Amino acid sequence: MSSIRHEEDFRRERRNYFVGLVLAILLTLAAFGSVAWTDWPRMTILWIILGCAIVQIVVHFHYFLHINLAKSKREDLQLILFSFMIVTVMAGGTIWILYNLDMRMMG
Amino acid sequence: MSSWEQKHPGINLGTIDPEAHEEAEELVFGFWVYLMSDMIIFAMLFATYAVELRGIAGGPGPKDLYDIKSVSIETGLLLMSSFTFGMASLAMKYNPRPKFVVYWLIITLCLGLTFLGFESHDFLSVFDKGVGPSRSGFISAYFALVSTHGIHVTLGCLWICVMLAQIMVFGLDKDVKLRLLRLGLFWHFLDVVWVGIFSIVYLQGLAG
Repeated sequence: MSSIRHEEDFRRERRNYFVGLVLAILLTLAAFGSVAWTDWPRMTILWIILGCAIVQIVVHFHYFLHINLAKSKREDLQLILFSFMIVTVMAGGTIWILYNLDMRMMG
Repeated sequence: MSSWEQKHPGINLGTIDPEAHEEAEELVFGFWVYLMSDMIIFAMLFATYAVELRGIAGGPGPKDLYDIKSVSIETGLLLMSSFTFGMASLAMKYNPRPKFVVYWLIITLCLGLTFLGFESHDFLSVFDKGVGPSRSGFISAYFALVSTHGIHVTLGCLWICVMLAQIMVFGLDKDVKLRLLRLGLFWHFLDVVWVGIFSIVYLQGLAG
């Protein structure tokens, strides 16, 4: 047991949390700021919010949940990717179908 | 680069506690199965909300109900609590004495409870405007999604209290460590869901 290596690991992992926190704060500020302090067109702001949200979710997954494409065990990664596929199909499909229906029947 | 093998997503105990590290693989994988099924529940609630966006039935819409100040405070609280839980996990991993784990967990708990306070305030301010979940599809979907997250945070706070009690009684033994690992994943996961909520529900509703 080398305590020096543990010290290094500790510093590295702690730095990761700090990097994650700073990135998350910046992305949150960008999203909130675009809504609170600008009068840009609604579509521009929506794209900014969407972009920030996706990047921030990736940041959280990487720095806080430590999901790492290279090092993760296969099964875990497969589980997570499969779940994302299910989410895309079910949530994306719901929104797609119902908005289409709305456009055809109510519009 | 560390010498131990990464066994699961989330913080790994590694060579600090090889026995717990070995056992963690299976337990944490099982917990990820739960988290992912929970993610599907949230995704469907998000989809319901998106579909009900225009279903305000002549009642109040997002701009009448949401308060960006309150949401930004909640976001800050939850983000900081995610970070402080990370610090608790690191203290658990690297410090054999439970003192720091307890401190960080108590800070996380306080942040979580304050978050819940602000969220109840949000809900009450909606009720104050004379509308409840039964007013329109939009408000139903709003309450279903946001309160499901709130219930998760409440249970997370309860879980932190239980873990604090377990640390007092058992100290930082193997089982307590493995439970804290999973609680950490749960807590970070709730913060990820909150990113979706503040973006899709609040900011989307208030934009422009």
